[in-house]
Amino acid sequence: MNAMTLLLTVMSTTLVYSAPLIFTAIGGTFSERSGIVNVGLEGIMVMGAFASVVFNLMLGKSFGGATPWLGLLVGGIVGLIFSLIHAVATVNWRTDHIISGTVLNLLAPALAIYLTKLIFQGRGQTDIIQYPLDTMTIPGLAQIPFIGPIFFTSTSLVAYLGMIVAAFGFWLLKYTRFGLRLRSVGEHPEAADSLGISVYRYRYIGVLISGFLGGIGGAIMAQSITLNFSISTIVGQGFISLAAMIFGKWNPLGAMGAALFFGFAQSLAIIGKYIPVISGIPNVWFTLAPYLITIVVLVLFIGKSKAPAADGTTFIKSN
Amino acid sequence: MRIKNTTFYSIWIPITSVVLGLLVGAIIMALSGFDPLANYISLLTGALGSANAIGEVLRSATPLILTGLGFAVANSAGFFNIGLAGQALIGWLASVSFALAFPGLPSILMLPGAILAGAIAGALWSGIAGFLRAYFGASEVITTIMLNYVALYGTNAVVKSFLAAGDGDYSKTIPAAARLRTPFLEQLTQNSTFHWGLLVALAGAVVIWWLMKRTTMGFEIRAVGLNEDAAQYAGMSTKRTIIAAMLISGALAGLGGAMEGLGNFQNIIVNTALPPIGFDGMSVSLLAGGSPIGIVLSALLFGILKIGGLNISIASTTPPEIVDIVIAAVIFFVGANYIIRFAGQRLSSLKGKKEGATK
Repeated sequence: MNAMTLLLTVMSTTLVYSAPLIFTAIGGTFSERSGIVNVGLEGIMVMGAFASVVFNLMLGKSFGGATPWLGLLVGGIVGLIFSLIHAVATVNWRTDHIISGTVLNLLAPALAIYLTKLIFQGRGQTDIIQYPLDTMTIPGLAQIPFIGPIFFTSTSLVAYLGMIVAAFGFWLLKYTRFGLRLRSVGEHPEAADSLGISVYRYRYIGVLISGFLGGIGGAIMAQSITLNFSISTIVGQGFISLAAMIFGKWNPLGAMGAALFFGFAQSLAIIGKYIPVISGIPNVWFTLAPYLITIVVLVLFIGKSKAPAADGTTFIKSN
Repeated sequence: MRIKNTTFYSIWIPITSVVLGLLVGAIIMALSGFDPLANYISLLTGALGSANAIGEVLRSATPLILTGLGFAVANSAGFFNIGLAGQALIGWLASVSFALAFPGLPSILMLPGAILAGAIAGALWSGIAGFLRAYFGASEVITTIMLNYVALYGTNAVVKSFLAAGDGDYSKTIPAAARLRTPFLEQLTQNSTFHWGLLVALAGAVVIWWLMKRTTMGFEIRAVGLNEDAAQYAGMSTKRTIIAAMLISGALAGLGGAMEGLGNFQNIIVNTALPPIGFDGMSVSLLAGGSPIGIVLSALLFGILKIGGLNISIASTTPPEIVDIVIAAVIFFVGANYIIRFAGQRLSSLKGKKEGATK
């Protein structure tokens, strides 16, 4: 492999592997900014992955090329509905956020495989989908010399979409009235409540956004990497997204940057053996890298001070 | 409205949660066209219908008692140890490695050695999270989740490169001296995988009950869990207590893993996912509200559900995953206990009013 193709391969696998993490990590950011800890991202991704694959297999013929994109939407909607469990439990029923998130993680694989077996005559995994989210070359941009071939040739369009969502999310949180209110219920719900902001409503919105984006994340994973649904479709990506959110200091752009970095680390596990300097390092170290780096970053740079002040607390409205 | 926290509720909540969880399972089965009643009956016969089945239930409950206790100890100190699965896996690896490294040891040294190796390895693994929490304030929820995956992929790499023969995905079987399964127990339970580990688990429950209720360390752990600042002000070393709680928690999880290695599997395999005893142990402990007796009982319930669940899919076409859905629903209701208490108090106050009205 020459340097150019190598660079291109690194770039495109990084984007492919980052895309699910970008969406899910931004989702987690919205939930936690509203004050609801969401360790259930993994379960939400499972449901999104499951729904998109079923949709893709069942209705692929009717929608043709639009199928995988509609699949993302379907995954997002199912993720959103699934996250309602977390919202009701944490916002209304005062459940510990981590217990409730863990319930999502326990429930999702069981429910998704149960339904898979019902739909596909007892088989625990689906067929390979016929309409995957392929890598594509972006017309126009790909013609730019040097940059074009590396960034815009056979690349993951959906990862770029994720970057746009990150920028939009950043703007939404930082510069709009909606964002200010969402952050205020995560920092000091009593104060927000005294100003007439509905803490419950904004916390619901935060969790549902995480459900929608997490579902999309799962759908991307299933439709661009594993290409079917089974128990091993989502194995830890939700938790890596959670790490990306923390690494990115609860900021959508930061979360995106961290997701790109973790995607890069995962892509090294796949193509590391072709890169001269690091080809001697056993693969397991690249697999472990995102997790180890998260711990180191957490210890060295973040501590416990940066999370939204009321993250993980239950707000009880007094009459 | 204030919700009272009484012993009454500590029994009432798990029972209500289990009933509601089973109800959710029944509704899902009915909606998907299966017969809930017939399935629950075949669950019960599959779990308790023969000596073999009872042996399997007890075997399946054994590691859950230990991981459940592990979760409870950390939780008393105010930590959410999500890393039980990773700690158990490291314990499994250590116990099997010990047994394979010293094949000539007599049983009297071999078994305690291998079990101890599992406990120590699990303790060291969770000790990392405890240390980082105590000295750097790093959230144990995040560090233990990350350490879970480090344990999973790290253990797999060790098994593949050092313990498996050739390209295999599993280690050699451990020597007979290290096995917790014995011909006597197999004869007793119609060749089930029941093993002596149950005694280790029950001893663990007694020791943890004594530790938490009767020793200074247990008192300190609970004090730190209730209010870290107050405990510090009262002169307790919160850092030391945090680390001690995490070490005990990890040791118990490691023991749970050792039970899988020395009892159930008798070797170590390349795992595609984290061993289920971690999250199941957490569920067991949440259901039991952290009490050691409750943990033994709820581990037995989980054993019945898990083993009986296999029979559901033999007797009908219902996917066995229904059992895990039921378990998730049970934990959901345990977590949402506020609503159960609220309903309970509403009912009793309504009753009170009615009685008042008739007088």
